[in-house]
Formats: sequence, structure tokens, C-alpha cells
Amino acid sequence: MPCHSSLGIIRAKYNYGGTMPAKQKQEAGITHDGLFYPEARLHEMHDKMLFIRRFEEKAGQLYGLKKIGGFCHLCNGQEAVCVGLHQASETTDYMMTSYRDHGHILARGTDATAVMAELLGKAGGIVKGKGGSMHMFDIEKNFAGGNGIVGEQVPIGLGFGFSSRYKDDGRVTICIMGDGGINQGAVYESFNMAALWKLPIVFVVENNQYAMGTSLERASAETQLFKRGISFKIPGMKIDGMDVLEFEKKMREAMDHARSGKGPMLVEAMTYRYRGHSMSDPATYRTRAEVDEWRSGRDPIARLQAQMIEAGLATEEHFKQLDKDIKKEVAAIGKAAEAQPEPDASELWTDIYSDPIENAYPYPGKVN
Amino acid sequence: MSKITYREALNQAMCEEMKLDDRVFLMGEEVAEYNGAYKVSQGMLDKFGPKRVIDTPITELGFAGLGVGASMAGLRPIIEFMTWNFAILALDQIVNAAAKMKYMSGGQYSCPMVFRGAGGSAARVGAQHSQSLENWLANVPGLKVVMPSNPADAKGLLKAAIRDNDTVVFIENEINYGDVGEVPDHEYIIPLGVADVKRVGSDVTIVAHSRMTGFALAAAKILAEQGIEAEVIDPRTIRPLDENTILASVAKTHCAVVVEEGWRFAGIGAEISARIMERGFDDLDSPVIRVTGKDVPMPYAANLEALAVPSVADIVEAARVACGRA
Repeated sequence: MPCHSSLGIIRAKYNYGGTMPAKQKQEAGITHDGLFYPEARLHEMHDKMLFIRRFEEKAGQLYGLKKIGGFCHLCNGQEAVCVGLHQASETTDYMMTSYRDHGHILARGTDATAVMAELLGKAGGIVKGKGGSMHMFDIEKNFAGGNGIVGEQVPIGLGFGFSSRYKDDGRVTICIMGDGGINQGAVYESFNMAALWKLPIVFVVENNQYAMGTSLERASAETQLFKRGISFKIPGMKIDGMDVLEFEKKMREAMDHARSGKGPMLVEAMTYRYRGHSMSDPATYRTRAEVDEWRSGRDPIARLQAQMIEAGLATEEHFKQLDKDIKKEVAAIGKAAEAQPEPDASELWTDIYSDPIENAYPYPGKVN
Repeated sequence: MSKITYREALNQAMCEEMKLDDRVFLMGEEVAEYNGAYKVSQGMLDKFGPKRVIDTPITELGFAGLGVGASMAGLRPIIEFMTWNFAILALDQIVNAAAKMKYMSGGQYSCPMVFRGAGGSAARVGAQHSQSLENWLANVPGLKVVMPSNPADAKGLLKAAIRDNDTVVFIENEINYGDVGEVPDHEYIIPLGVADVKRVGSDVTIVAHSRMTGFALAAAKILAEQGIEAEVIDPRTIRPLDENTILASVAKTHCAVVVEEGWRFAGIGAEISARIMERGFDDLDSPVIRVTGKDVPMPYAANLEALAVPSVADIVEAARVACGRA
């Protein structure tokens, strides 16, 4: 198992998110690159990643059984980015992403049964069964989608960032896209305005190296995506997105930069998806060896487990048992969501307008 | 009552609403320092400052999306497109984001905002700068589409649009900006989705919106000289459409002409005539007649351009045919 070179076993006083001299530290945890992670937080990060992995596997299984329909994009392999982003941000910060959204909304803390019910098109879905896999929203968690058109969420994120500056509310917007999305023109329109007006936004590119079936090299003249902001004077940072501690640490720097009024940052998270682009993609455009190399050599969950075991914070038996428990939990979530009714037929006509106009056709839908 | 121009009426509407609600801001190309490409936002930068009246780069998709996000985060954007022709670049944000956000999010997020700007056929600017796209936008559930035909309506409807909790597509008419009309001195709002009978008549119903309302009224004057009393209805809001007012008129006149500047195929006229057929069939003595722009890209040459859009004479002729006095 690979371990990060700066991994150390340290007893220290709880010091969330800050740095302090090693000699003062007493609580159990791991110091990574000067940042101390207490034991409880490491477990939380690990458990969330593992939960997302097992949740996605369950979603894949239900898709295979034709219980989940349409497009379904899983994020297996990318869990460290999901969890790292959430850990590095405040709950008041805004977040939006593309259609590969299950992992992000789960990391954000949205009720997993509501997410699963959404996948199944049930009444208790997080958006009442009206959105499905690609359109997860949770306004309580400041999670603004779940946007299905590649790159569409980037100008929207720009607007959230604009509102924070307008209201001076101290929030940062985390606007996530993929290595496919970053080639959309809307992204550069947004980069320009975000930099011009110094908006508090961190643009995050999840570079999983394939835009559907097109590899980065075949689609991008500049494959170092963190450099794509240079002509807009947006500083860029490339981070290992398979190492949750490293990712969170660097992401915090990006968040601080944006929050301090210095303008946007561009973060390139190097990651990999183990599954195809969507459930209908057999991923024949890449070799088995390549997938295995990432899967067995750089897996973010295995990596953190090894770090925690080496630090004496957990045992292999603990993780094995935990995995069993999480699988059971996810199975129960699947069952509970499946047992839910479909949305009432009347829901067809709701949530279209806030202010319906009474005398005007076709709403409230009397004649059609 | 005061006599002001269509552009001044729009300016007053925005200024009044921005004074009332500090969530409202105006953003677009040349809206601030240049005072608006068509001078609709004249003086607004001086009144409200650069925080609320914001010049953008030429980047329609980007700032349309900015408006969508800002509205989701609780602001009330007015996004100005210099003309609706350029909004085609921003259609993803209007159609796929703003219009659907409430539905896709199960009612959690909505986009209370106004997309506004000049539309319709302009004068001698060729195919790309001279067209009516309201049928594209009115086709989309989740959007409201408003098209005022005179200064008083422009002011009252824009105030309602800014206060509305949904996304409103507000299409002004490029040629009407300098038109002068009487506007009430007191504060007023014209509710969306309510048509206006611009002229009462008993012989033929003429439904026309935006610049064509003026053409229809001119046609009605000529028809009156010929002994035909036309009732002219301006829907003002294209979607949702106040069909009750139209049907009530057809029940009285038993015939109808629908006029629009836009292309004939799948146009607003097609929609309105279908509704009259669906719900007013028994009232009709003759088929509904559509007077529309020709199905051609707008030409530059003055004579060809005149042929491409409906004329007052076209409306007069159609009305005479509809009521059986051709």
C-alpha cells in the first residue's frame, strides 16, 4: 500500500484545520504536510469515502436490475475529491457540479435514502423524483445541482459567487467541472468575469482523464488543465485527487485565497473513474492495465486505510467489519428507497411556476 | 398622465423597482457607462452606482448564467441583452437552466429574474439582427414571455416582471423605443397574463402583439372607414396566454385575424389560432387567418425588407376576408 512520505504518528491536542509545532500535539491523529488531522476526523473522512463507494456500487446494481433508469454516472475512484471538497469548505459555502453528482451530495451530508430514492424515481427523492441521477439538489446544504449540460454549472457558479460579493456574505462558491467540461466556451466566459470582478470562487476540475470516451490528450491542446486560467490571471493548482489528506490540505489553501478577496482559484484534481462514463459505457477506450494501476495502486480509500493503520488509529479488522456494516446500511437504504411510492400524478404540474397565473392557459393545467 | 417614450417608460420601471428592492440589479453590455446601447438604462449608473448597474464583457452565455446563479442565491437580476438576436448564444442558460431549475430541483431553487432586450424586426440590419424569436421562448414551460406594445404597458409590465418570482423573458421592440405615449403619473403595475382590448369592435377580432399592435390599430382605423369595426386585442403576455379575453372577443365577432412579425411556421399565430379552434370552434363563422412575417431570412434591400414583414394593408385585407367582406 502506498503511503505519503510526510505521514507521521503524532499525539496532539485537537487542532482542527491549523498547524502547530509537533511537540505540543497530544491527541491521536496524522500530521500531513504540517496539517494535523485528529483521529475522529480521519475516521469521518474514511467512512464517508467508503460509504460513497458502496452507495455507487448499489446504484450500479439497481441500474443493472433496471430499477434506476436513464443516465447514471458513478464516481467510484473519485471519492477523495468529493470528501476533500466538503471537508475543506464551510456548510454555508455554495457548491454545484455536473451530472456526476451522487458522491458530492452525499459528502455534503444529504440524506442518503433521499438520494437513492431520487435515483429510483420515488416520491421521497431529494427532488421529489423529478430530477433523477443527474439533477440532485439540496438547498439546505447549499448544493445547487446536479446540472446535466456539460459546463452549464460554471456560469451558474459565477452567479453564486457574484451574489456573495454583492451581499458580502463571506461565502465561497465551489464550482466543479470535469476535464470534458473545461473545454466549453462558457467556462472561459466565466473565468474572465470571475477574475475581472475578483469573485470568491474556486473552480475545481475533476480530471479523471476521459471526457466520456475521449482521452484528455485527444481533446485538449493544453493537458495541464490548471494552467487554463493563466490568460485570465487565475492562479492554478494541480492536486493529487487520490489522496484525501493532500487534496483537502491544498483545497483549503484555495478556499482561503478565494475567501480573502483575492479572486478565483483553479484547482485541478487528478483522479480516475473506475467505471465507464455512464452505466451504458463499457469503457473499451482504455486498457484493463490502466484501470488496475489506478485501482490497486492509487485507490484513495485503501491509501487512507494504510495511513491510519500505520498510525495505529485502526486495524485491518476494523475496516473489514466497517465495510460489512456499510454494505448492510447501503442495502437497507436501497430497500427503504425501493419501498417508497412513485410520485403522485399531480406532481407532474407542480414546481413549474412560483406565481401561477389563474386565467391563463395552460396552467393550472385544466386543458391540455 | 405624462407623455414619455417607450425607452423612458422602461427606464422608469427599472429605477422604481431598484429603489424599492436592493436585490435588483441591472447587468449587460453597455448598460452602465455607455448608458445603454438603446439608451434604455440612461442615467442608471449615476443613480445606483457600479455595484448595481454593471457593464459586462461581450459574453452573453456567461452573464446570462451569472443571472441564473445570482437569482438562485436570492438576488433579482435584470439581465439585458443588447438584442434578443444575441441571446441565442445564451439559450442554454435560459432554456435548460432558468426555465427548468424549479422543476429539476423539486421546487427547492427558483430563478426570479428578468431577461430583457430588443427584439423583433429592426430597420435595414439584415438577417442576423432582425427577427422575432418569441415563439421559441414561449414554447418552454417555466418561462413567462412578455411583449409590451406601448410606453404605458412597457412600464407596468416590466415592474410586474421584476417583482415576479419566475423567470420572465421581456422582449421589447427595437423600432418602438422612441414611440411616445401617455403613462400614468401614479405608481402602477400591469399583471402578467392579462390581455388588453386596445380597440372595441364587433365585426372582426384582430389579435396582435408588440409592434404589430400599432399596425393592427392602424388597420382598424382604415377598416372603420370602410364600415368594419375591428376589435384589437394585445395579449401583452405571450406565455401564459390570456386566451379568455381572445375567446370572448371571438364569441362576439365570430371571426379572427392573428398578426405577428415572426415567421409563420409554428409561430405565435399558429398557437393562438389553434386555441380558438379548440375552444371557440362553434363561435367561428370563418377560418382564422394568420398574417405573419414571410418565411425568409430578413433581407437588407429596403423594398425586400418591406415585403418580409406584415403591412397594415395585409391586415386590412385579411380582416375583410375573415368577416366576409373582401
